[in-house]
Amino acid sequence: MKPAPFDYVRPETLAEACALLAGDEDARVIAGGQTLVPMLAMRLARPAKLIDILRLPELAGIREEDGAVIVGATTRQAQAERDPVIRASVPMLARVLPWVGHPPTRNRGTVGGSIANADPSAEIPLVAVTLGAEILLATPDGPASMPADDFFIGPMLTTIGMGECISAIRFPIWPHKRIGTGFFEISARKSDFAFVAAAAQVALDQEGRCLDVALGVGGVGDRPLRLDVSSLNGSRLDAASISDAVKAASGDLEAMSDLHASAAYRRRVAGVLCIRALEAARDNAAANPKKGAR
Amino acid sequence: MKVDLRINGANRSAEVEPRKTLLDVLRENFLLNGTHAGCEHGVCGACTVLVDGEPVRSCLMFAVQADGYEITTIEGLAPAPGELSVIQDAFCETHGLQCGYCTPGMILAAHALLQNTLTPTREDIAEAISGNICRCTGYGQIIEAVQFAADRLRVANTPRPAALAEKPVVEAK
Repeated sequence: MKPAPFDYVRPETLAEACALLAGDEDARVIAGGQTLVPMLAMRLARPAKLIDILRLPELAGIREEDGAVIVGATTRQAQAERDPVIRASVPMLARVLPWVGHPPTRNRGTVGGSIANADPSAEIPLVAVTLGAEILLATPDGPASMPADDFFIGPMLTTIGMGECISAIRFPIWPHKRIGTGFFEISARKSDFAFVAAAAQVALDQEGRCLDVALGVGGVGDRPLRLDVSSLNGSRLDAASISDAVKAASGDLEAMSDLHASAAYRRRVAGVLCIRALEAARDNAAANPKKGAR
Repeated sequence: MKVDLRINGANRSAEVEPRKTLLDVLRENFLLNGTHAGCEHGVCGACTVLVDGEPVRSCLMFAVQADGYEITTIEGLAPAPGELSVIQDAFCETHGLQCGYCTPGMILAAHALLQNTLTPTREDIAEAISGNICRCTGYGQIIEAVQFAADRLRVANTPRPAALAEKPVVEAK
């Protein structure tokens, strides 16, 4: 398995990278390469030119800014997994990262790469959609941004345009004190592609009442989906209200069928995992009164 | 394209096509055949090497991307020619290998784990080698080998208690 020939360029600046991308429709971006290189090896992709953005200083780093954590596109998944800022302020991202690939692929794979790849079953896009993250883009006309929900439009499909490149992902920080997360996924083996994944984050007040809640499912439809369970706000997140809210929110969930799992299976498992994720998030928040503690 | 790599502490240069993976360059240009070529698309882990001390798949990295990193292959682990590292020796002792195809990758993954902790749990070890496929051992002996290596490394630099040191002498009489 050897890729077809290509030219390799490593631009010095992000602007240069965008110019290269805009000028050649057969050019592709490479960063960690953990999805692209297998595609090249199997010759499912045959770009004429690879533009290596991994070492661009503009795309590196994790920083807190205006109530959000901004994760540079080329942040390694392993680096994000260990990062104290993400752990404290975007606990849902910290929770799912151990489920992304295997340790060796997380050492090379990037957070931005997972977003750009837009696999419907991938964990990082699921977190981005569930938390309402924003995708920050470098374009030939300067910086731009787009809500994650609008960015993903189908399996491995995004709205990214010619000459554009993801520069960072902006994950909102919840202001509440008691936050908890829950995450479950079903796959053939751990770290394989998830047939169904569910992620939840809840914030509780001192009495244990729900102040805010976010719930999302991945692997079910053609892209990660956020489910509206805002009816749970103000409740104590008891089993009955969680079950009712999930039922109402997932009733018209569109599910895919493939050789791994039928649509009926996916829909059914999604309901169960959503309930489990919300319950786990509630218990996690109740057990960790400090902000973002896990 | 010319690429300058740092492999097992030595500077090496090669003229390579951009499409040539680090794996193929290690094996073909530098004859470091201890890095095994398995699936060549990032599934099996046989081609694992350490890049700045962290295990990565060398089939998913082009050699032209690998300049500036400290690359360690299985050949770089032994303390001297003809010797074995503690982890390599532990794999032999506990029958942690049969056909040996996955072994370099397993040992490098274990090496990276034991650089970070000498008291790994069974789950830590399973997670560390989760990206490496073994079709012979059923993984049991591999986990045992890593535990055994951790045990040995834990006591490696501690002075032996006098009683232990004298015991063989008593037995010899």
